[in-house]
Amino acid sequence: MSKNRELLSKIGLRLDGRRADELRRIRCKLGVFTEPDGSAYLEQGLTKILAAVYGPHQVRGNRSKAQHDAAVVNCQFSMAVFSTGERKRRPRGDRKSTEISIHLRQALTAAIKTELYPWSQIDVYVEVLHADGGIYPACVNAATLALIDAGIPLKEYVCACTASLANNDVPMLDISHQEEIIGGPTLTVAALPMSGKIVLMEMSQRFHVDHLQKVLEKALQGCRDIKHILDEAVKSHIQDVGSSTGWANTT
Amino acid sequence: MALCEAEKTFVLHGVEENFRIDGREREDYRPMELETNIVSHAFGSARLRLANTDVLVAVKIEVDVPYPERPREGKLEFFVDCSANATPDFEGRGGEDLAVEISNSLAGAYRSPEVFDLTKLCILKGRKCWKIFVDILLLECGGNLYDAVSIAVKAALWDTRIPLVKSVTVDGNNIDMEVSEELHDCQKLDVTGAPIMVTVCKIGEQCIVDPSAAEELCSVGALVISVSRNKFSTILQTGSGSLHPQTLLECLQTGHKVAQRLHDALIETLVDIKPSENSVGFLR
Repeated sequence: MSKNRELLSKIGLRLDGRRADELRRIRCKLGVFTEPDGSAYLEQGLTKILAAVYGPHQVRGNRSKAQHDAAVVNCQFSMAVFSTGERKRRPRGDRKSTEISIHLRQALTAAIKTELYPWSQIDVYVEVLHADGGIYPACVNAATLALIDAGIPLKEYVCACTASLANNDVPMLDISHQEEIIGGPTLTVAALPMSGKIVLMEMSQRFHVDHLQKVLEKALQGCRDIKHILDEAVKSHIQDVGSSTGWANTT
Repeated sequence: MALCEAEKTFVLHGVEENFRIDGREREDYRPMELETNIVSHAFGSARLRLANTDVLVAVKIEVDVPYPERPREGKLEFFVDCSANATPDFEGRGGEDLAVEISNSLAGAYRSPEVFDLTKLCILKGRKCWKIFVDILLLECGGNLYDAVSIAVKAALWDTRIPLVKSVTVDGNNIDMEVSEELHDCQKLDVTGAPIMVTVCKIGEQCIVDPSAAEELCSVGALVISVSRNKFSTILQTGSGSLHPQTLLECLQTGHKVAQRLHDALIETLVDIKPSENSVGFLR
């Protein structure tokens, strides 16, 4: 518990100088690559993610996977071997990557209008270049941008965020790697922020059920904030692409 | 990518006329963008974008024990990861064949002591040495992977800074190392001999360098020539076709000439690169 107290100093600042309800800086770019149908790069603090989307296309490999009423969403999560402080032995295939792949598919399937593409498949690949806490939320956010870049119809943005509890009282937003190591519970939420629906929730460690409401509310607030940031990025990207085709001069 | 016969003929005629589909001549490279020091917690890194081919290389260093048969040498290991971002074919273990092929050819090209001096990586003979991991991440494949990878690896090794060992104390089986705490106290690697690989692709009767993905499909065979300090370090023939010995010699000459030019241009660029305050990376 003594360690836990250090998460938030007396004057309300966290280890990296943020306030409790402050997100890390998010910078993103759509359309980084030309080969995939959609791609995006997202930095959340020091966590750096590349996401690529291929599809919708014919179901590859095992044809029996194809569904007659919806598209199959296929996700692969992979971490560059140099992305962590200690060098990883292999980029994918370990338990953690498989788990994140499954969770990613769960969150994205909830947002994609899969019913529009029967008998087809949508591939989403995410690659972590630098891991500094909150990998899963950053992956969801990057994948959303890549899906938008690919022009795949979504019900709405799907955003994810982490939240924690400091000093057994104060909810904190967007946990960094440093704070993950120090300890304290971590609540990961992926949500559709406009309708306020939760598509995935995961919690590690324990805290009293009385606190759950406010931590969850904080995480949802984070999702809404992230949605605004992503929305800005998408709008400015569309503006750039649009103006380069000369749409401003047509009126 | 698939090409029909007419498209292949178009590419072939372009090569014959010395005016390729993107307007290049036979010995021209596509534009390259190189950025070093973009992975903040690696000892050295580089990202190379050669038209559509995108390669990210990061160098990590660990302390290891030298091989018993080579006690005075450090270790150098290459690891290639074909990201599924490049093409869905690389999903799961799909990219492993290509990855092994590239990492083996790199290991072969760097094996000779004249190419890369491993003895500098020795800390204490037979007991401690540096092990350099060169991790290559293929992010997009737009043809000519070997050249792009070799240039990116060379740039990343150029950027690499090895911590300076101040003292080594041996106490029985315990070896204590004191690494300099000063952040800028480090040694750079000598990479002037690091090989540059040039893929010489035979299309019709002519040889071209830096084939794009479409041109790779039209070629009957290719030679990957790695050149280090005026000398060939490895030669690798890829593709399903066969080459006449006379053509082979011509290819080698072309490759050698181009590699020299590429090496000079790269070193010039690397010397010029200024450490920038905020790296741009993928946000540009």
